[in-house]
Amino acid sequence: MLSIKNLHASVFDTPILNGIDLQVNAGEVHAIMGPNGSGKSTLANVIAGRPGYEITAGSVEYLGQDIAGLEADERACEGIFLAFQYPVEIPGVSNMAMLKAAINSIRKYRGEAEITAADFLKLIRNKAELVEMKQEFLKRSVNEGFSGGEKKRNEILQMAMLEPKLALLDETDSGLDIDALKIVAQGVNALRGEDRAIVLVTHYQRLLDYIVPDFVHVLSAGKIVKSGDKSLALKLEQEGYSWIEDELQQAS
Amino acid sequence: MYKAMTEVAEQNKDLKDLVKREYKEGFVTEIESDTLAPGLDEDVVRLISEKKGEPEFMLEYRLKAFRRWQKMKEPDWAHINYPKIDFQAISYYSAPKALPKLESLDQVDPKLLETYEKLGIPLEEQKMLANVAVDAVFDSVSVRTTFRETLSAAGVIFMPISEAVHEHPELVKKYLSSVVPVQDNYYAALNSAVFSDGSFVFIPKGVRCPMELSTYFRINEMNTGQFERTLIIAEEDAYVSYLEGCTAPQRDENQLHAAVVELIAHEGAEIKYSTVQNWYPGDENGKGGIYNFVTKRGLCKGDNSKISWTQVETGSAITWKYPSVVLQGDNSVGEFYSVALSHNKQQADTGTKMIHMGKNTSSTIISKGISAGHGQNTYRGLVKVLKGADNARNFSQCDSLLMGDRCGAHTFPYIEVQNPSANLEHEATTSKISEDQLFYLMQRGLSAEAAVSMIVNGFCKEVFRELPMEFAVEAQKLLDISLEGAVG
Repeated sequence: MLSIKNLHASVFDTPILNGIDLQVNAGEVHAIMGPNGSGKSTLANVIAGRPGYEITAGSVEYLGQDIAGLEADERACEGIFLAFQYPVEIPGVSNMAMLKAAINSIRKYRGEAEITAADFLKLIRNKAELVEMKQEFLKRSVNEGFSGGEKKRNEILQMAMLEPKLALLDETDSGLDIDALKIVAQGVNALRGEDRAIVLVTHYQRLLDYIVPDFVHVLSAGKIVKSGDKSLALKLEQEGYSWIEDELQQAS
Repeated sequence: MYKAMTEVAEQNKDLKDLVKREYKEGFVTEIESDTLAPGLDEDVVRLISEKKGEPEFMLEYRLKAFRRWQKMKEPDWAHINYPKIDFQAISYYSAPKALPKLESLDQVDPKLLETYEKLGIPLEEQKMLANVAVDAVFDSVSVRTTFRETLSAAGVIFMPISEAVHEHPELVKKYLSSVVPVQDNYYAALNSAVFSDGSFVFIPKGVRCPMELSTYFRINEMNTGQFERTLIIAEEDAYVSYLEGCTAPQRDENQLHAAVVELIAHEGAEIKYSTVQNWYPGDENGKGGIYNFVTKRGLCKGDNSKISWTQVETGSAITWKYPSVVLQGDNSVGEFYSVALSHNKQQADTGTKMIHMGKNTSSTIISKGISAGHGQNTYRGLVKVLKGADNARNFSQCDSLLMGDRCGAHTFPYIEVQNPSANLEHEATTSKISEDQLFYLMQRGLSAEAAVSMIVNGFCKEVFRELPMEFAVEAQKLLDISLEGAVG
């Protein structure tokens, strides 16, 4: 589904990613871990097409297509979703109105008819239940006056509504208490499926207790320096990142 | 007490300026008109009065205003720039050559009907929005007022002011310039001298007007000014909601529009006045466009009366406009909700005045300014609390939204308080459409344009919800059209 080869990328002209190789297949869940500043969030934003995040070398292929030339909205319509680390507020625009416009925009892109009001209401009620979000949140302005945890849950609600093929979660677990974390995990797990892939960017192993990844990658200085299965995350939890750095130094 | 503050904020890079705007109302109607030669002197004033066959009191009123105007100076305090207007180069009267009195729609020139059809304002009642009565003003005269019979059955008078002068001279005499005196300001004096038409509304005691009333203003003729005059009176416990819309052809020359609107609300009455202003704004280089110099004022004359102004200002090269409320009656309420968009070379200096005189009066001001391109948007507002106005309350909120790095937003809130029991709140924000907001919405699948439109509409929501439903939809569409090509 996602094939990243020797990816180099800069953020507003500062090089951050220095040769990433990553293969993500449909049905898989990958966790990207690593210390602060290693480039985890940059990777997620480059894939989503954030302005200012430039690919300087290498390639990102999604469903067999190089996506460098696609705008962020085109990537979204193709099925790429990014759950933001810092969701922004959009005053005066209700959650419902935004989601309905988003769904219809994506449907239009795919040549499908607009969703009916009744179907939309049914869908959003279902999905809101999944992330235990009260109806009143749907009518409120997007993220305005939401607590940190509510914002993150709102991201998962949007993901559930848009049903992406590739979901990128950028530190969705940060700042969540344990109850909120469980709700978020519940939402993500519900989306797991054979034709979907999920990439979790996270600092902490904690999230991976609830969303069990198939692969764990460690990023350091803009490169994947180690890959493994869930046990790698546990080891990082116990021993930190320094042993990987040591290993790397010994190898060189 | 006096307080002024300027916020000039700039938006930096990336968000490419909004430029491309299509003004779909920019066509000209080819119709034979009876147009006075440019120029203004006492004879012209007399001629206008004569053309209308006005009674003596109107001629005297006009001449008094004209003499005052001659001694007055054009105001220059607003935050707008434009070449000096040559008032002798303007024609002060233009009317389509038509039958003197229209008994039915068949007698209206088909070209005129077509014009209004094109503008989306059909004048045939069966085609109209069921609940809106329209007065169509073309250049200097009213061409058609719909639903007059239905309204008169309810006791409501809705007719061109030129007819009201004949049919209800006592009302016109009593109320004309009772809120905006002829010498009030330069443009009001000019309007009083030369106004040719406009709407007259009278809602008798206890009547709730059964439908929305609306006037559609159209400037067509070249080098003419439009000077319309609107007078709305709501007697005790009456209610009326009135809407106005305006457009003009696309021309390279600037044209002057200097209107005066007066509202009078007696005890317990409520007047809701909404404007969707879409005069030709000029092209992207600032060529052409309407100079919109307007005086609008409402008087809450009786206790417990209420006047509410809602305006969506997207057109005009220059807007100079401060719809105000004089809160004379105890417990009276004044409201001002405004969205003003200025882009390309448009300039808007707009706001309101809330004058608290009675006890327990309250006012609300919600102003949303949007600047784009080289647009300059100024909010100028005065909240004045006089000595006797015990327990006056005001809430003001002035928000500015900037798009691009060459536009400006300015806020000048003036506050004068002479009563210590007053309670005033003022909030102001300046923001820009951030890259983060745009990316967020685009990541959800919205195009850049749809994202901008959504953010702007969200910004204006508090004002849009004050508009009657059909007009709220129109206002949103208008903003969308104005924002086409906003991001590249």
